[in-house]
Amino acid sequence: MPDRRDVIYCYDGSFDGLICCVFESYVKDELPSDICSEEPEQLSLLEIRYIETDTAHSERVLRGIAKRNCSVDFIKQAFLTCVPKRDILILDYIRKLFSYGRKAEFMLADDTVNALNKAVYHCTHEAHLLKGFVRFSEYGGVLAAVISPKNKVIPLLADHFADRLGGENFFIYDDVHRMAFVHIDRRGEILENIDFELPPPDRRERGFRGLWREFYDAIEISERENPRCRMSNMPKRFWKNITEMNRSDTAAKAEILQKNSPLLSENSGDRITSL
Amino acid sequence: MDISEKLKILAASAKYDAACTSSGIDRSGSGGLGNASACGICHSFAGDGRCISLLKILMTNFCLFDCKYCVNRRSNDVPRARFTPAEIAELTIGFYRRNYIEGLFLSSGIIQSPDYTCEQIIETLSILRNKYNFRGYIHAKAIPGAAPELIDRLGTLADRVSVNIELPSQKSLKVLAPDKSKNSILLPMGHISGKIRENRYDIVKYRSAPEFAPAGQSTQMIIGASPDTDFQILRLSEAMYRNYSLKRVFYSAYVPVGDQKLLPPAGTKPPLLREHRLYQADWLLRFYGFRAEELLDEKHQNFDPNFDPKCNWALHHPECFPVEVNTADKEMLLRVPGIGVRSAQRIVIARRQGKLDFKDLKKLGVVLKRAIYFILCGGKRFEGLVVTEAGIMRQLMSESAVKEQEKRDFSEMQITFFDSENAVPTMEDRVKCLTGEM
Ligand code: SF4
Repeated sequence: MPDRRDVIYCYDGSFDGLICCVFESYVKDELPSDICSEEPEQLSLLEIRYIETDTAHSERVLRGIAKRNCSVDFIKQAFLTCVPKRDILILDYIRKLFSYGRKAEFMLADDTVNALNKAVYHCTHEAHLLKGFVRFSEYGGVLAAVISPKNKVIPLLADHFADRLGGENFFIYDDVHRMAFVHIDRRGEILENIDFELPPPDRRERGFRGLWREFYDAIEISERENPRCRMSNMPKRFWKNITEMNRSDTAAKAEILQKNSPLLSENSGDRITSL
Repeated sequence: MDISEKLKILAASAKYDAACTSSGIDRSGSGGLGNASACGICHSFAGDGRCISLLKILMTNFCLFDCKYCVNRRSNDVPRARFTPAEIAELTIGFYRRNYIEGLFLSSGIIQSPDYTCEQIIETLSILRNKYNFRGYIHAKAIPGAAPELIDRLGTLADRVSVNIELPSQKSLKVLAPDKSKNSILLPMGHISGKIRENRYDIVKYRSAPEFAPAGQSTQMIIGASPDTDFQILRLSEAMYRNYSLKRVFYSAYVPVGDQKLLPPAGTKPPLLREHRLYQADWLLRFYGFRAEELLDEKHQNFDPNFDPKCNWALHHPECFPVEVNTADKEMLLRVPGIGVRSAQRIVIARRQGKLDFKDLKKLGVVLKRAIYFILCGGKRFEGLVVTEAGIMRQLMSESAVKEQEKRDFSEMQITFFDSENAVPTMEDRVKCLTGEM
């Protein structure tokens, strides 16, 4: 492998863009000391080289990977992860694929291969958890959910929910990476760089949240209480978007009721008496 | 009574059923509402740490029977409620669309007659499947004593059907569940497993045959309500897996429900460690190739609270160790404390690319603290290791080593190259049996 050079590659943040960085590294026969998708904030003495995204270049690299019987999907998944130095790791990984072929994928004790496998596991695991933890609210027939994941899991959730809620109009918004999966009239699309906030729930929606919380509380066996076990299975960072764990909406509502309408008792509010 | 009142009562009376898994079948949505995922999906975790995957409720907690260990027994003075089939169906759909749940787990106390009760459950399921075109997961309890034709109907609507054994011996059954008999439990289980086998054959033969309980059958045993030993329980589980091809046996530590003279008094702590050891042993039967008689025998009828069953086995079989990690077959690797299903798989893959040393093993997810006493790498022991019996014991008993193992189970890298013939524990299995990989 060539030496690290005093150069930083800067690309447009797209997958193809990153693969073009790999292309550049081969053309110049060099290893950049870093790859970034935004101009580094800190003043750097290193040369910054902007890499144009040219799909002709990225396709050549990807074809080469496929020709060696290696998994392009794995690299696409690695691109969704939040592992530090992700782009450099991916570059090193692809270089290993080109030098060792398929064998490299199984070199689980190698530092680069190991780090990327862990990152991809972390990401798919987070996506798996979110298949369960996503909570929709209904707004006039449309279902909406917000998630705050560490990895860009939206592409990994899209197919699952499109299949599960085939006939529904819905969307899932990732407020960390500002992207969303939107599914309308049986067609899905991933949108990037958008902003969104959940509107307050209506009466029926509050009713369902209330029922679900009742169920959640009733199903616990208090003699077996084990908050640590719960925490390790459902880490706290997910709680703010989980209906049964974040009850700030009921607290806020009770306050409004108390302030504004002494006639309305807690009970007459959102209880669903018949469905 | 309003819906929310009913829900509270009928969820609380279903909570002692340990099964809440949704695994075992892959089914796409095909445009309807819902699908099923073979690996199982947990939607939430209750304050007791147990996974919540299904809307687990009773249709009613009125019951004609008087099983001593059960909150819903006739003689117990508790508030009673009953859902209509339509209410259950609407609740399920409302929760499902919001992604609260993976599906429904419906059981019931026995009202009027076992047949009538079963018919009510069938009606609920048909509303879900036919009116709402619901393709999510359904687990239904087969009511003991219901006619075989009704059980058959149930099996074509549900993904999983279960009959709970609850008590592992006939003697305990007689004393504690006077209205039930061994036959009223085993007959439907045998019937269901026969139907499942027949159906798998039909499906191969005629593509269009309707599926019967595609996610299989499960059962549950209560731990600590009767004097039965771990050995009796485990042997029964083994026989169930073999003879009735059960998908899962669940173990539920008994929580006293009111003072009864034949049962542990109120306030007795549920035997959670014992339940845990049984889950570990069950796991060894299903994924590690152990047999019940290897883990316990007539002389040792109960598990040692200090060691997990696999460690216990290893300590009693010094003649099998140490094993050479670079050459040992996978079956033997699986028997090393500190090497789990996944790390064993990784070892087998990684060692084809080159000899492994202790540092590599750590990266592959082996818990070295425990494993070093039992393995060699390239013919050598771990450097500086002094093997004393006391040292081994201390290390194997240490809670922190167990904790570390648990942590790894969840944060380990994934192997994308599983060979599919091997049983691989699902995410749900891992949650259920916390120190799963041993
Ligand atoms: S039949 Fe079922 S619900 Fe009724 S008392 Fe027995 S265990 Fe409880």
